[in-house]
Amino acid sequence: MRAILLALMLTLGLCAPAVAAEGKPKEKLKIGFVYVSPVGDEGWSYQHDLARKELEKDPNITTTFVESVKEGADSERVILNMARKDHDIIITTSFGFMDPTMRVASQFPNITFLHCSGYKMSENVSNYFGRMYQARFLTGVVAGRMTKSNIIGYVAAFPIPEVIRGINAFTLGVRSVNPKAEVRVVWSKTWYDPLVEKEGAKSLLDVGADVITQHQDSPGPQVAAQEKGVYSIGYNTDMTKVAPNAHLVAAIWNWTPFYKDMVEKVRKGQWKSGSFWPGMESGIVDISGFGPMVPKAVQEEARARRQDIIDGKLVVFKGPVLDQSGAVRIQDGALPTDKELLEMNWFVQGVVGSPK
Amino acid sequence: MTFALFLKVLFSAIEQGTPLLYATLGAIITERSGVLNLGVEGMMIVAAFAGFFGLHLTGNPWLGLLAAGIAAAFMGSLHGVVCLVFQGNQVVSGLALTILGLGLADFLGAPYIGTVTKGFNPIALPWLSSLPVLGPVLFTHDVLVYISFLLAPAAWFVLTRTRWGLALCATGENPQAVAAAGLSPLAWRWVGIVVGGFLIGCGGGYLSLASSHEWTHSISAGRGWIAIALVIFSFWRPGRAVLGAYLFCGVSAFQLRLQSAGVLQIPTWLLDMFPYLLTLLVLLLSSARGKGRAAPKALGVNLEPGA
Repeated sequence: MRAILLALMLTLGLCAPAVAAEGKPKEKLKIGFVYVSPVGDEGWSYQHDLARKELEKDPNITTTFVESVKEGADSERVILNMARKDHDIIITTSFGFMDPTMRVASQFPNITFLHCSGYKMSENVSNYFGRMYQARFLTGVVAGRMTKSNIIGYVAAFPIPEVIRGINAFTLGVRSVNPKAEVRVVWSKTWYDPLVEKEGAKSLLDVGADVITQHQDSPGPQVAAQEKGVYSIGYNTDMTKVAPNAHLVAAIWNWTPFYKDMVEKVRKGQWKSGSFWPGMESGIVDISGFGPMVPKAVQEEARARRQDIIDGKLVVFKGPVLDQSGAVRIQDGALPTDKELLEMNWFVQGVVGSPK
Repeated sequence: MTFALFLKVLFSAIEQGTPLLYATLGAIITERSGVLNLGVEGMMIVAAFAGFFGLHLTGNPWLGLLAAGIAAAFMGSLHGVVCLVFQGNQVVSGLALTILGLGLADFLGAPYIGTVTKGFNPIALPWLSSLPVLGPVLFTHDVLVYISFLLAPAAWFVLTRTRWGLALCATGENPQAVAAAGLSPLAWRWVGIVVGGFLIGCGGGYLSLASSHEWTHSISAGRGWIAIALVIFSFWRPGRAVLGAYLFCGVSAFQLRLQSAGVLQIPTWLLDMFPYLLTLLVLLLSSARGKGRAAPKALGVNLEPGA
């Protein structure tokens, strides 16, 4: 199961104070990555691996990785093996690696562990994730400008806060430029099934959607949009390759700056464990380049909003935010708390579909 | 449900149901010979990779399909070696085949993930597709769908109306009687495994050659298990396999469309149960009506050595 599952529980971690860990400066570092899926050339693990390759460029850093590691007992064996092979930092990038990471970490206090998308931490384990919803908002701006039918289709994975947050932020982006547009949601109940996800996209195209976006890793919805001759918006990776005529832009992960920062701190002996949820200002999430069909004015608008988010002038989910029934969920002028974001289980106005 | 919606759902049911139909027919043939096959999932995914790889190497989707069929037949033969040569437990061997297949496809396929290919594309059949109402629904698919239209009646005919088919089915019912009639039950079980395996392979190959024109991991996504369920649903009969495959996929296509229509605020967890509930219901109703439509009597029972 994809890493992201229970970001909700991140709250626990966020409430916990950062704990200082003993650290000595290190000259050479060996860093190991554990991936839940094959690296391939697109998707969740691929984005982590891009960052690994960036780190590798430093002559004082060596890296190793193991891909397609099943969550649970199998992953504990893999992590333990890495720990025994003198790694200085071990990075585990799926939600289900959380407990195995914690157990191995307790036996190896001198190794720094980074666990993506979980909520547990200890002296030598940090958890981390990124504010993907900010990038979703920007892709929503593009979708809102490009739609003609004012119906935008969203093929969603599972009704959990992380996915709902993405849909809501996307919709807020759409409505910020096009208040008449609606976002229709279809739950595929899959993280990775190209056929079902493509079918979900087709059901949205049938009701008149002319921009399709998605939460899953697979290219299915992009291909469906391309075959119908309408637009699509990618996720995780720039998906231009699978749908060159349809792909407008993608909300993408970029782990390199975050990992570089962590590695630098470990090297200097200044690393402290914590729960990290950085946003676009750190570069951890971003939008890809635009397809040639996106007019210059729309590109510039999206870039301007991007800069606003980075500068803190634009806060996604800043009140007033109304839900589907029109009730105020975030008061006028109020900023959303991380807790509210992490527990989000309702749809904003403009979404058509059920958040359950 | 409007008639237009019904036609769209039917179209999707055929499109999504075709790989299941191939796999179910293949598993029926294997199981009618008395060999229980729980390895369908593993066979399908290996076939999907073989199909992709064959196409990738040669550029010819037909060679890809051939590779898919042969790969699954070969996987099935491993099952045959365990169960027919060494009298191993058929349940354990089938499960092992699935685990092996999933691992093998991941391992062999890892370097090719995301590789785009040109496989089978939809071809509107000249005259037939312009028939009113059902023409576009039935005859604007790819060529493998058209073959599958002919395959189920062909399987029915061979299994029930030919000497070979009857010998194969008799092996699944009573291998001693087959031996007494001077035929080799062992040989007929091999036929069931290899022919059934080839069709299962066509189902797996369909996933990478027609459904998606790209190789990705986990492409079978549990469809092998659905096929095994459909074998039971169809009482080991090819005709009912068509009904089962289209019904199952049709209902899941319908629930997606119900969501996108945005008219009903039904929790989607409930909608998700529809295909399974409906399949169960049909199974219950027809089990209550049709007596004596049980599994082949010797299904899962190994042959006596020397039989």
